[in-house]
Amino acid sequence: MSIRERMSGNEAMAVAMKQINPDVVAAFPITPSTEVPQYFSTYVADGVVDTEFVAVESEHSAMSACVGAQAAGARAMTATSANGLALMWEVLYIAAASRLPIVMACVNRTLSGPLNIHNDHSDSMGARDSGWIQLYSENNQEAYDNMLMAHRIGEHPDVVLPVMVCQDGFITSHAIENIELLEDDKVKAFVGEYKPEMYLLDKENPIAVGPLDHFTHCFEHKRQQAQAMMNAKKVILEVSEEFYKLTGRKYELFEEYNTDGADVAIVVLNSTAGTAKYVADQYKAQGKKVAVIKPRVFRPFPVDEIAVALSKYKAIAIMDKADSFNAAGGPLFTDVTSAMYAKGVLSPKVINYIYGIGGRDVKSNDIEKVVEKLFEISGTGKVDEVYNYLGVRE
Amino acid sequence: MAYNLKEVAKKPERFTGGHRMCAGCGAPVVARQILRALKPEDHAVIGSATGCLEVSTFIYPYTAWKDSFIHNAFENSAVTVAGAEAAYVAMKRKGKISGDTKFIAFGGDGGTYDIGIQSLSGAMERGHDMVYVCYDNGAYMNTGIQRSSATPKYADTTTSPAGKEIPGKQQWRKDLTEIMVNHHIPYVAQTAAIGNMKDLYEKAEKAIYTKGPAFLNVLAPCPRGWQYNTPDLMELNRLAVETCFWPLYEVIDGKYIVNYKPKNKLPVKDFLKVQGRFKHLFRAGNEQMLEEIQAEVDKRWAELLRLAGEEA
Repeated sequence: MSIRERMSGNEAMAVAMKQINPDVVAAFPITPSTEVPQYFSTYVADGVVDTEFVAVESEHSAMSACVGAQAAGARAMTATSANGLALMWEVLYIAAASRLPIVMACVNRTLSGPLNIHNDHSDSMGARDSGWIQLYSENNQEAYDNMLMAHRIGEHPDVVLPVMVCQDGFITSHAIENIELLEDDKVKAFVGEYKPEMYLLDKENPIAVGPLDHFTHCFEHKRQQAQAMMNAKKVILEVSEEFYKLTGRKYELFEEYNTDGADVAIVVLNSTAGTAKYVADQYKAQGKKVAVIKPRVFRPFPVDEIAVALSKYKAIAIMDKADSFNAAGGPLFTDVTSAMYAKGVLSPKVINYIYGIGGRDVKSNDIEKVVEKLFEISGTGKVDEVYNYLGVRE
Repeated sequence: MAYNLKEVAKKPERFTGGHRMCAGCGAPVVARQILRALKPEDHAVIGSATGCLEVSTFIYPYTAWKDSFIHNAFENSAVTVAGAEAAYVAMKRKGKISGDTKFIAFGGDGGTYDIGIQSLSGAMERGHDMVYVCYDNGAYMNTGIQRSSATPKYADTTTSPAGKEIPGKQQWRKDLTEIMVNHHIPYVAQTAAIGNMKDLYEKAEKAIYTKGPAFLNVLAPCPRGWQYNTPDLMELNRLAVETCFWPLYEVIDGKYIVNYKPKNKLPVKDFLKVQGRFKHLFRAGNEQMLEEIQAEVDKRWAELLRLAGEEA
């Protein structure tokens, strides 16, 4: 019997960490993820976990300590947001290239500047090419569930990559909602023991990690890393299927909502997908169909699957809560459209909306504007602007 | 047992030959001697900052380190090893591993005094059971001899060149050993590979086998940066100590001990004149600079003696 509770998204992630009971947690406070290490240090202080909690002096050191700990043979975890993630940047790449399956709770927040503590996706989107698997979460339940699956995915021998679980700062990290938790013993059995093939603390088989890797071997190592990310897709689906059997909660590479008979679709990450689903329901009540596609797995990017899924629509709006400042479109837009082009899916008209930057509230009537635009494009077959901003004064 | 280099040198080698450090470099001598202080039965996790020591000893697919070794980046050697130590504590508590493992992080002065000082300070303050070893050669040697906060005043480096108007680096060295003493950790020492390297060995042994964080600042001359003849390495070390440019001392639980007081303290110019980086100081008209350096060395030496409760 699962446990019915109510808690914030941050607490949900912290509870997942408690149930995982990792060997090392190294973290540094930054809004809005601060609560995660706060909750966790309480578990440590109360002796309900036997983790070594390292209260480091910066996020750079948080990620560096995780690298040292994971390489040593430990399961290491951290949590951060925005500038904290940016300060980790250098070490994110090293963690991935060193094939260390560290797990991070990333509570999405606007990356400075200007300084802004509210939610957008500029932090994790910036880290999208760091070699980390990225899982996005609509609400506290998904944040919790993704955390429970993260180690299984990252530690799989075909993968061995770090995993970042993202949720929206404040919107879901601080909002208290109902949640279904798994019992501790079920989590323990599902996550399992960490048994690395090679680790620093194996005194019988000492190893060396982090070489100077010249052009004679570096390319092969990066190619293997790329293969690991390719392999991750299958592993994510397998782990998600096992999780479904355990919990009844189904997760795939992306969620498709209200797709039957719809000519138009919105592609959107994290909490705004909830708002989009609400708007889709409102239209449905009026006999109009709007599909919502919510990517859960952004890295690896589900190129084939998303191109196929989107091929049936006449008009698609891809919504980015991060700008790329490339005068062309946000990161989700460029990845989705390149997937469609590469797979020969050329018939849908596709537009991009940059929305919610710096935590600008996105209401149902904002989404309605997007839907109306999609209906217009679907009807006329004409696109005036591809790269658009939603809800900004200009 | 009294220290005996011949006996110590018979211990199994933990830092092997075949690495690519320069002839006449102080760093591999220091690293090798420090690792000799490990008990043969103890395993070690050794870290290094990006720098000469790392890029010359662990070039894929070869490593000169017999123990487990990790390199992460330039500024985070201390916390990377601290993370491994945290893993050890947790995994030992959970019964996942057995036996004793010791944790040693290396960094050059660039990776320690400058870019890595935050990581070092944090790791020491948090009390990880580890040793941090700074091999101080007084500049960013790996990137081609750029000035660091450990570079002595007036030294000629590629970013503090001795030019027509400005005669080399314009600032005094940062006193990192004192900064570490002020972390109030159990063991801090300054040492160098002089003579039969007894001082270095004994301090390494104390640092490794003192529970809690320990810091060693070890002089490590660089033949390229300092511009000396490679066979003169040990003479450079000796002159640094005999002039009191690099005093040998340790601070055990806050108590200062000066380990060596030269009977005949040599003038600092004896140390400077054998190095090309100070060549410009010996031109006519620059005597004032030498006097300034001598005054600073004397001042710091007197201050150290005062802290140790000794007379000059």
